[in-house]
Amino acid sequence: MTAPPPAPPGAGRPARRAAARRRGRSLAPPRRGPDRHVVAVGLPPWLWLPAGAGFALIALPVLGLVARADLARLPELVTSDAALAALGLSLRTAAVSTLLCLLLGGPLAAVLARSTSPAVRLVRPVVLLPLVLPPVVGGLALLYTLGRTGFGGRVLELWFGVTVPFTTAAVVLAQTFVAMPFLVVALEGALRTAGQRYEAVAATLGASPGTVFRRVTLPLVLPGLGSGLVLAFARALGEFGATIAFAGSLQGTTRTLPLLVYQVREVDVDGAVALSLVLVVVAVVVIAVARPRAAEGLR
Amino acid sequence: MTAGLSASIVLRRPSFVLDAALAVEAGQVLAILGPNGAGKSTVLGVLAGLLRPERGRVELGGRVLTDTATGTEVPTHRRRVGLLAQQPLLFPHLTAAANVAFGPRCAGVDRRTADRTARRWLAEVDAGELADRRPAQLSGGQAQRVALARALAGEPELLLLDEPLAALDVDSAPAMRALLRRVVRDAGRTTVLVTHHVLDALVLADHVLVLTGGAAVEQGPARDVLARPRSGFAARVAGLNLVRGTAAAGGLRTADGTLVAGLCSEPLVEGAAAVAVFPPSAVAVFPARPGGSPRNVAEVRLAALEPRGDVVRLRAAAPSHAPGWVDGLAADVTPAAVADLGADVGARLWFAVKATEVSVHPGAR
Repeated sequence: MTAPPPAPPGAGRPARRAAARRRGRSLAPPRRGPDRHVVAVGLPPWLWLPAGAGFALIALPVLGLVARADLARLPELVTSDAALAALGLSLRTAAVSTLLCLLLGGPLAAVLARSTSPAVRLVRPVVLLPLVLPPVVGGLALLYTLGRTGFGGRVLELWFGVTVPFTTAAVVLAQTFVAMPFLVVALEGALRTAGQRYEAVAATLGASPGTVFRRVTLPLVLPGLGSGLVLAFARALGEFGATIAFAGSLQGTTRTLPLLVYQVREVDVDGAVALSLVLVVVAVVVIAVARPRAAEGLR
Repeated sequence: MTAGLSASIVLRRPSFVLDAALAVEAGQVLAILGPNGAGKSTVLGVLAGLLRPERGRVELGGRVLTDTATGTEVPTHRRRVGLLAQQPLLFPHLTAAANVAFGPRCAGVDRRTADRTARRWLAEVDAGELADRRPAQLSGGQAQRVALARALAGEPELLLLDEPLAALDVDSAPAMRALLRRVVRDAGRTTVLVTHHVLDALVLADHVLVLTGGAAVEQGPARDVLARPRSGFAARVAGLNLVRGTAAAGGLRTADGTLVAGLCSEPLVEGAAAVAVFPPSAVAVFPARPGGSPRNVAEVRLAALEPRGDVVRLRAAAPSHAPGWVDGLAADVTPAAVADLGADVGARLWFAVKATEVSVHPGAR
């Protein structure tokens, strides 16, 4: 997944071929990346057309955003108090909800992948619900459960004196709600791919279930876990619908970067575009840092 | 290492019902032979505690590991049962030495002692120089040797070998077989070996159990079972021809009434179930009905030619008008003989066997 940087048209291929000649025609396959000697017999040429259109649909809007940005005012726009507060809040809440996803979703994935209990078959569809539910519906569900009038909220307020909605905790809960299925799906897939045969061998060598989990299962699924965490963090960072429904939009407390972008887009287009670019940069960094490992885990 | 292993297992699986009992004396090797889907690996799964039998009891060295009558079920990690499967299944994130040290570490041995033990076992299986390699850097044969060292380093009371040579290429399998003979059989380890290869059973096992469709159809000392098979499967793996019927004066009577002349291995009651056994090398092949002394002559249709080293094995099928028992009979002839016969698949041939080459044994149920 380490694609070479784009070269000027026409120059790249001959240059690369010359380099290959200089290296001396090595017949050993390259260590990484696809083997260019393999003929793709299952790839009809016309597939390139819709594939290219699909790529353009993703890439062009990002370019459009960059083109619209007022680059001269960019530093000033993204360092405003509101922007910095929102960015800090976004990073903090996304980090905490990723941690929550790990602590709660990790065990959930292990149970889904390994338990032979019939009840597990009923659990999985529920866990996947946030993937298909509109986030704003999830936010309303959280509000009417943990809000003042909801049964969970009443218990929390009476027993602990805690009110959740419209606090930073609500932001974290909303993000965890929508992001956790991403971690569960990635990790459960990795656990199923790893299979139980290594675990069985470890058990015959005298490893208790706890030791098997720690010394065999966990190392085997680490790439999958990494990819799941990256997906969950990215999803939490971009969360909008559930957050605005459950936590509102209060500067410094619940107004994360996506909420701020939405807030200022009508009064200050340049500001909204600049903040959007910040989100794009954070997303690119996340993918660049974690992508190679994540891709290995998904394979 | 006194009482050995005894087990009785009843377990329903999708394609068969396993209902078998087996026993292994301490320090001996039992080979379980059988076709695919006979329940061989299921037996190992129950012994290792990875499968829960519906009814059954497993006792090892005086310890009860499984007893459905009392609800006893010792978990796998406390059974002291080592497992070596067809695939080495070395933990990919650990070096060869760390893989072998895994068992001792689980037993609470400190890191340095465990590492020393691991290197000693690696040397024992001729893999000392591989200690610091990762599994991805090992060949199939090397990985399987390391996996054997790992299974042995746990000092198991019972060793389970699940087709340990099946995934190896023809070059590394003989070396691994010799190694298993040295560190398993000669060292006197109580072992259950699952295989479908007669050579493994002969070289490695003291006793053989033949499992077909979940039931034990034959068991006994390896040499006896393979020299005088009573089931079709044991005969096939032993490379022998087997004809079923009932004992008769001078040989065996097949279902269609043909007398297969042969020598009885022991006194047989006339009419009792019996099998006639003879090696493919004892079968002479003719293009037309032969005259002369051979007592047993049958017309066959040539179903297949299989090269086997220096000889060619001709596999027979019954022609439409001939009795069914000739189906599957094998004859070994030289390539020159095949050329002389001009035999091709579908050709009509005559198989002939001298009565002195045929031995008749009491048959399986």
